[in-house]
Amino acid sequence: MGNNGRRGSISEKEFMEHLESYRKGSISRRHFLGVTGLGTAMMTVAGAGLLTRPAFAAEDLGNRLNFATWPNYMDEANIAAFTEATGVHVNVSVFGSNEEMLAKLQAGGTGWDVFVPTNYTISTYADLDLIEEIDLSRVPNFNAATNNTKFTAEGSYKGKVYTVPKDWGTTGYVVNTAHTRDDMTSWKEFWDTAVNEYSGRAIVHDYQLTAIGNALKYFGYSFNSVDPAELADAEKLMIEAKPHLFAVTSDYQPGMRSGDAWMSMCWTGDAVQLQRDIPTMQYVLGKEGGEIWSDFYAIPKGAPHLAAAYAFINFMQDPAVNAKEGIAHGYPLIDSRAIDLLPDELKNSPILYPAAELMNPLEFGAAVSLTSPERAELMARFKAA
Amino acid sequence: MSTSGADKIGRKRKITTAMLLLPATAWYAVLLLMPLVFIIVFSFGERGPAGGYVPAFTLENYMNLPTRSKAFFNTMTLAPIGTIACLLIAFPLAYYLALVVKKRYRNLLLVLVIVPFWTSLLVRTYAWIFILSGQGLPKLLGMFGLEGIRMINTPGAVLIGIIYIYLPLMVFPIYVSLEKLDTRLLEASSDLGAPPFRTFLQVTLPLSIPGIATGSMMVFILLMGEFIIPQMLGGGKVYFIGNALVDVFLQSRNWPFGAAFAATLVAIMLFTITVYMRFMAKLSGGREDVSVM
Repeated sequence: MGNNGRRGSISEKEFMEHLESYRKGSISRRHFLGVTGLGTAMMTVAGAGLLTRPAFAAEDLGNRLNFATWPNYMDEANIAAFTEATGVHVNVSVFGSNEEMLAKLQAGGTGWDVFVPTNYTISTYADLDLIEEIDLSRVPNFNAATNNTKFTAEGSYKGKVYTVPKDWGTTGYVVNTAHTRDDMTSWKEFWDTAVNEYSGRAIVHDYQLTAIGNALKYFGYSFNSVDPAELADAEKLMIEAKPHLFAVTSDYQPGMRSGDAWMSMCWTGDAVQLQRDIPTMQYVLGKEGGEIWSDFYAIPKGAPHLAAAYAFINFMQDPAVNAKEGIAHGYPLIDSRAIDLLPDELKNSPILYPAAELMNPLEFGAAVSLTSPERAELMARFKAA
Repeated sequence: MSTSGADKIGRKRKITTAMLLLPATAWYAVLLLMPLVFIIVFSFGERGPAGGYVPAFTLENYMNLPTRSKAFFNTMTLAPIGTIACLLIAFPLAYYLALVVKKRYRNLLLVLVIVPFWTSLLVRTYAWIFILSGQGLPKLLGMFGLEGIRMINTPGAVLIGIIYIYLPLMVFPIYVSLEKLDTRLLEASSDLGAPPFRTFLQVTLPLSIPGIATGSMMVFILLMGEFIIPQMLGGGKVYFIGNALVDVFLQSRNWPFGAAFAATLVAIMLFTITVYMRFMAKLSGGREDVSVM
């Protein structure tokens, strides 16, 4: 389609072909908007100030990047700005769990260039030789000194750096106090009310790490337990709750927004997004503990567009870009240069930065929680129950 | 001389036939038979430490299948119910389109039946999430005094989604078989004194059996593997074999167990379809044009 393609004017036939590909899902919405010119106006506005970086001219990046990430987890304008600056179209696919990402990478042939794994998966990926060691000299925007080592440490394994930090967060639950009590404080209350006064109104994640982990917390066990007796207790609790649940899903915003569900396991950023629109939404961290986590950018082994992958990760480490990400997704950032650029409402939000006594008992997910066949099988039995 | 000529022609024809069948044979061998062999071999293996497949010979995967009996139960009830519901709704519509409506409107109406296919299944199912959730139909019913009706994340919601998505697949085969119907047979039946209902039962219905058989098979086979509709409209609470398969492969990464699942599903399908086709063939009086597709 020549040079015109990316800037807008394409024939009606080409437009229809692209529309068809978009509909069939073989190209992303971003790519569709890009080649058809529908997104050009948006890109130009969004890209102002972030364009033409000399670093990109040095090597050929190609025109495509496959990015695997999570729902509601990026600023579309940032992606558009990256495309505008580099000519690299970002093809985004969205996943619901780390287990699913691992399954795809194990099966091979994903074609991903950059993906977003969570802390507890890094050692498994490294051991299975599924991710590249990161050459930090190719990520000049990353500054180890301004990044919180509590989180960056989770992205290295056996002294090697496999990741570049994205953000961190906690896993608690959200309640809509228009329908519920406003003094909930524990996982015990979550599971107890889910089968009593909030029967038919609660959502549990379709994600073994948090669904099982937060059931373990009911009994005060470790979030990462693989002890058979403790897992059996958790399973009993979960299976008894199952008929009372509104849904088992990690896509809980629609249910919470429509008012059908009153309570849901929830990540920091979703709580911020929900509370932004519905002020009666309240984020609760169980006083027994639960999960603290950090997410990273990583490059799978055999990424087809390696140069573009580094360019993208480097772009995202730019403090201004990173801050925009933070505003869009509502998760706390790891780089103090970007945090300084955030509006006060985010800097001071108790959802993003819970009180120390709530933070202290939180645990990072453990590698064994990812690979444990017992946990995988428990989750499958819960879903099939 | 003449015999050797006929031989030559016969051999040539055989080669031509073989050449023409080669692409299809290769296609099925590589993309159907080979994966099926892999599935059967995998189903006797063991899960690797981080997931995947480790060669072994064990029947444990098959022994574990009863732990997912709910998935089998849900699929084996909602798939036939969905198929029958589609049939009951599609038949009158197809009849109307083929035999009643004026010809100049017919094509327009047929296009309207296809129109939903122009939008992605995901988008259409997502629309149903909003229609069936608390702010949709239940709210409307609440205005008429029917308070507190729960629709989303129930088997009923999944059934609605199934009928909505699969209906056109039932309408078209039935329409095609009714459209071919020789209307003089209906006149003859009426001339011989049969009331309309009897004509329908004894002439129209038997002649449309090929369409009914084809439509039912298409809907039923696809339904047995369905997982998106139960996932989206069932909220993880109405669990199909398809959902169990997705979970076993993508969450548990237990390929051998997933393979045992898939092999069992194939066996159930083969059995059900064979029984069904025998039944349909009997119903249509042993006519030869009643086949799966």
